Amino acid sequence: MQLPDHENTFQHKIDVEIKVEPKDWMPEAYRKTLVRQISQHAHSEIVGMLPEGNWISRAPSLKRKAILIAKVQDEAGHGLYLYSACETLGTTREETINDLHSAKAKYSSIFNYPTLTWADMGAVGWLVDGAAILNQVMLCRTSYGPYARAMVRICKEESFHQRQGFDILLTLSRGTAVQKEMCQDAINRWWWPSLMMFGPKDSESTNTDQSMKWKIKRKTNDELRQQFVDMCAEQVRILNMILPDKDLKWNATTQHYDFGEIEWNEFWNVVKGNGPCNKQRLEARRKAHEEGEWVREAAAAYAEKRKTKPQTPKGALAAA
Amino acid sequence: MNITIRKYYYGDIPDDNSGETANSSPEGGGREGAWPLWEVFIRSKQGLDHKHAGSLHAADARMAIENARDVYTRRNEGISIWVVESKYIHASSPDEAESFYEPAADKIYRHPTFYDLPDEVKHM
Repeated sequence: MQLPDHENTFQHKIDVEIKVEPKDWMPEAYRKTLVRQISQHAHSEIVGMLPEGNWISRAPSLKRKAILIAKVQDEAGHGLYLYSACETLGTTREETINDLHSAKAKYSSIFNYPTLTWADMGAVGWLVDGAAILNQVMLCRTSYGPYARAMVRICKEESFHQRQGFDILLTLSRGTAVQKEMCQDAINRWWWPSLMMFGPKDSESTNTDQSMKWKIKRKTNDELRQQFVDMCAEQVRILNMILPDKDLKWNATTQHYDFGEIEWNEFWNVVKGNGPCNKQRLEARRKAHEEGEWVREAAAAYAEKRKTKPQTPKGALAAA
Repeated sequence: MNITIRKYYYGDIPDDNSGETANSSPEGGGREGAWPLWEVFIRSKQGLDHKHAGSLHAADARMAIENARDVYTRRNEGISIWVVESKYIHASSPDEAESFYEPAADKIYRHPTFYDLPDEVKHM
């Protein structure tokens, strides 16, 4: 019997840490889970450009503007690395983008929140990128080769994202009373949504078990979330600010911070499409795609035209 | 005041030596404008070889190289870029890997460690 053999060989590979590459045999469910997870991750990067793109024209200084542009550029690049990884699994780019625009595909719900003040740039960098980093470092060891390699590349670039965010908050926290207030307000609004980024509790996460068995995920949602809380609880002190959780307390027995219960209704509501900015985000993406069509067509047409013309030295590419 | 805005299509910016006439019409302009997939290889510094970095969609080679530069070398990661349309990459089959590579498995005499020479032999 062919099928059971394949499954066992595959699981054995996973168990001994041999990476799975694009043309290798894989269970259909493995492929589907990866397509779902990688494309969601890619969509998140691209949609994530929007809340921060909002502040590029409003940054308080040239330095902050240049830094924010560089960060948003990185997010576009990260989206590409992930779309490419997704494509190796057999879905076309067109299909993947269509799923986003038709609202069939999800993306990280954190990006459905608005960025209301400059301090939000700091909070997003510190908390949202911070949470993403934890997840992505873990994913560097994921079993699917192209996904793992994309993660390594992303992690190298992501750390400046978090540092620049913390730097913004640090500057504000050492400023005027108004700036300090703005800093605390941003933290108050972004803390809980950031915790929700790690997804539902393990007990309620339908995908986690199989994902752990196939080593797509290497740590569970709750494990990562706890790591995140422990880190931020220390870092927030340096800002002389507080995390908006009255139940946040160091637990000497577990050697971790206890923290309050997440508003799961809010989480599910936003995931289902009822967050503050869900509609805006999708509209912005669809608009960009539609309004860019003439560019795509023209570039293809121009490429066709160039094929029929003899190469001039000016246009010729250097020999490899 | 009349303001005219002229849209420049990619690559349409007039060259000094442009031979295009007003009559040249783009072929295949009716298509959706599908861009082929390209694989990108980057040489990070002189002396190293090109390594596979990822893929991207682009209309032609020049666009692929420019986009590869924008996406894969933002932090000086490369001094040379190769792009190849994915359809031109031919790969060995992973399913046949075992038999395909089998001949190498039992030729241990290809390795220097197979040869047991006396200690007195230097520089070998």
